[in-house]
Amino acid sequence: MTVAERPAREPLHRRLGLTNPELEGIRERLGREPNDVELAMFSVMWSEHCSYKSSRPLLATLPTGGADVVAGPGENAGVVSIGGGLAVAFKIESHNHPSAVEPYQGAATGVGGILRDIFTMGARPIAVLDALRFGDPGSGRTRRLVDGVIRGVGGYGNCVGVPTVGGELVFDPSYAGNPLVNVMAIGLLEERLLTRAAAPGPGNLVVLFGSTTGRDGIGGASVLASATFTDEESSDRWLAGAPPPSSVGERGSKRPSVQVGDPFAEKLLIEASLELIERGLVEGLQDLGAGGITCATSETADRAGTGMRIDLDAVPRREAGMAAWEVLISESQERMLAVVRPDREADVREVCDRWGTPCAVIGVVTDDGDITILEGGLEAGRGVARVPARALTSDAVVHRRLAAPPARRRRAPAPSSATPGRAADGPARSFTDAGAVLLALLGSPNIASRRAVWEQYDWHVGTNTVTGPGTGAAVLRIKGTTKALVASTDANHAVGLLDPWLGAAMSVAEATRNVSITGARPLGVTNCLNFGDPTRPEAFWQLGEAVRGLGDACRALSLPVTGGNVSLYNESPAGTIAPTPQIGVVGLLDDVTTLVRPGFGAPGDVVLLVGEAGPGLAGSEYAALAGGAAEDGPPALDLSRERAVQAFAREATARGLLASGQDVSGGGLAVALAEASMWGAGGGGTGARLRVPSALSPAVELFGESPSRIVVSTRPRHAPALVLLARQHGLPVHELGTVGGDRLVVELVGAGATGAAEERGSRVADAIDLPVDDLCHAWEHGLRRALGWEEH
Amino acid sequence: MSVRIGVVVFPGSNRDGDTLHALRLAGAEPARLWHESASLDGVAAIVLPGGFAFGDYLRAGAIARFSPVMRAVSAFAAEGGLVLGICNGFQVLTEAGLVPGALTRNRGLRFVAREVAIVPERLDSPFTRQIDDRRPLRVPVAHGEGCWFADPETVDALERDGQVLFRYAHDDGTVAAGEEDRANPNGSVRAVAGVSNARGNVAGLMPHPEAAVEALLGSDDGLAIIRSLVESTRERVAGRAAVAAAAR
Repeated sequence: MTVAERPAREPLHRRLGLTNPELEGIRERLGREPNDVELAMFSVMWSEHCSYKSSRPLLATLPTGGADVVAGPGENAGVVSIGGGLAVAFKIESHNHPSAVEPYQGAATGVGGILRDIFTMGARPIAVLDALRFGDPGSGRTRRLVDGVIRGVGGYGNCVGVPTVGGELVFDPSYAGNPLVNVMAIGLLEERLLTRAAAPGPGNLVVLFGSTTGRDGIGGASVLASATFTDEESSDRWLAGAPPPSSVGERGSKRPSVQVGDPFAEKLLIEASLELIERGLVEGLQDLGAGGITCATSETADRAGTGMRIDLDAVPRREAGMAAWEVLISESQERMLAVVRPDREADVREVCDRWGTPCAVIGVVTDDGDITILEGGLEAGRGVARVPARALTSDAVVHRRLAAPPARRRRAPAPSSATPGRAADGPARSFTDAGAVLLALLGSPNIASRRAVWEQYDWHVGTNTVTGPGTGAAVLRIKGTTKALVASTDANHAVGLLDPWLGAAMSVAEATRNVSITGARPLGVTNCLNFGDPTRPEAFWQLGEAVRGLGDACRALSLPVTGGNVSLYNESPAGTIAPTPQIGVVGLLDDVTTLVRPGFGAPGDVVLLVGEAGPGLAGSEYAALAGGAAEDGPPALDLSRERAVQAFAREATARGLLASGQDVSGGGLAVALAEASMWGAGGGGTGARLRVPSALSPAVELFGESPSRIVVSTRPRHAPALVLLARQHGLPVHELGTVGGDRLVVELVGAGATGAAEERGSRVADAIDLPVDDLCHAWEHGLRRALGWEEH
Repeated sequence: MSVRIGVVVFPGSNRDGDTLHALRLAGAEPARLWHESASLDGVAAIVLPGGFAFGDYLRAGAIARFSPVMRAVSAFAAEGGLVLGICNGFQVLTEAGLVPGALTRNRGLRFVAREVAIVPERLDSPFTRQIDDRRPLRVPVAHGEGCWFADPETVDALERDGQVLFRYAHDDGTVAAGEEDRANPNGSVRAVAGVSNARGNVAGLMPHPEAAVEALLGSDDGLAIIRSLVESTRERVAGRAAVAAAAR
């Protein structure tokens, strides 16, 4: 049940989204009845979004350790050392429900929130990646959401001056009522400046700086992110607004729960915060996100084992007449909480003044472990609330939810009237013609070029972007060194719907493979787990299986999970979303001049396929386009094979054997080869003449999405060494042919080819012979066409 | 001899670091100038960098032009000092009336960030003299309000007087056909990408030469523009020193 459905006569705790047993838990921890303000504080802090009360036991199973890990889960962002006194901070987070209600502000504040998580650690944000998922691109509602979200991501990121260098844009009917907006940010810091979000030292001052506090975003975490949408809410009637609430928890719609972003204020906040850290003026720093002042005070105090006395009258406000509970849980954006030694207050004020950002001492650190809220001054003020910090955070309620697999294993998705096939109205759609299938896939909304989107993002500010959006993983050089960071974010929702363990493990495999194929060593994994209502056993089972898959894959690849975020209740009247474990990976390339790019190199280079296809088309883009067979399953994942493929790619790069390297994923081998052609010869495009040995059906060989495969090219003289290296890693390797000409020619040879294919009833003939220009045309125009955007 | 070139930092500037980096690569000694400073700290030339000064609230550059430093920049320009405004810096210069025309919303009404080709109109200006020939330069743009506009009579006069410095072009170097040509990323009148004042010492351009100074990042074509500024400044400083020496 959602907030709006609850009748007003219900007790306050229920209207705030707390259950009866949870109220009992609050009484136990306080040893008395909570008052209304305390109840409001618990309601945000014990929300799913802040407390992870459903997912915490699952997340505890993930591997988090590693020699280079400087800060792991529990901090604002994971931090991993990259040598030379430098470290990288990175994290991915969701802003799904705010974006569904108000796409521009929802997406904008999603960017703002994740950036604050990065610079709170002392890191300068250097890149953003956005992972966006929507319903049918042909629907008016989707188009409105896509447009607003993209403008929001760009509007915020462009203004703060952090480049948006990559991401994902995926369309699937399951996201129609509940789009996903996940944003990943990466920052760079000197390790000595690592700053913790803790409040040590009783007697230290609690300083709030940044924007003023208003009524925007009140209870965003508890109301928006921790409940599902109802019919009425999911209609545009949301946008009608609501009167300002007067007493605790009173509200008419979720409209005022959406935060409003001010990227200019954030830019000033970044500069002021980093200057404060650089000059050693703060003992601890925490951004104000979900849960506002309540969350920032209790989390920092709990981490240091301290308490705080806070005077609400000292909080700078943008609205008159705010009640205590509103000030405490407001999610007004662009605010920071600093813990400052009294003798440094003047210096902190000077820095904030110079950056034009309001700053106020709102309290003091104590040794009693309680968050004490006062009005009317720290000394003589009237007590409003008093709650142990740990009761709000580390000792928050934990639920053991029921998990149950679906009664009957889901079948492969039926031919979809919605997504991919529809946009490709160019070539004749005969499924007996592999070339026509390839063109249809290249022009489909999930594979076509995202240029129309990323051209709205400043991807080069900062002048570190070696590879921006559009072609594989993002690459950012680190000034003053030979090094580069390589980042990718991926999620396989289609396989996840069939098998959530496999979907999560494949997401990790793909994201890390995208990084390894450039020659970089993945450093760690951040994740954003987007799932349905955890009180439904099937949804909770999906979450549990996905976390298990995430853990298994990370252990197999020896990678720590350094942080992340859980977004549950992603449901609407249209249904629940496909399980979407969005994985973010950052890797380190020691010498940026060795970077391997996905496009084929020079004519005459030899093309090789490392790894091999297995059966299973379910969950593939081909299946979405053509309709899979009912008995078909997804392809299998062998994690030790995956590890070997990635190790091979890195070693081949280090030995200078690769002219190009491209991962095989969405659309299968044929799309990987087409992309390597289109992006080849330094971006101008080049053909290739290739023969693919085929043991399975042509559809599987050409369009199947078996993991653990890469397409590489090399100078002819290096080919034998490369083949040998692959065999040393225990990998199947096949020489496919050579780069050159202006056509992509792919023939299948062997048992799976020609007559055999037709005998088995496959609908795909076994040769592709297309001009590279035709590939480019289909790929370049597909997305604009699907979204109905004009060319410019 | 190294030359000190000032990079003005407004609240919301976000290309100041990139501009400093590019100026260093071009052999200059750059220094940040805070917007509240009324003095120019003895710099020999000035760059107004890209970004969103004061959030571009109201209108890009509309508030920044009132910063104390702009009074000093205007005086510096009036004395013949070299001033280059890039992107948001160009917007500030037009708002301050230091270069002709106005910058309005992009024709497509969307922010646009892409690599474009531009061609210089003249190679004898302080900002273009190091460009070796009229090949198109590959440089990125990133702006929402970059559509340069002036009335036809004004544009005629600017063209006649050699105040148009750059135009958007196709990859083969032919100038974009007009406002609707895809090679013109924002719909600027007659594909104008950069202009100077009548005296030729103050210039503004929408593309980012400072973001195209290393082949590793895709293009180093912008370095010729940055180098032009640095060399012109160096000569100016040397010329003044010679005049001063002669006077002694």
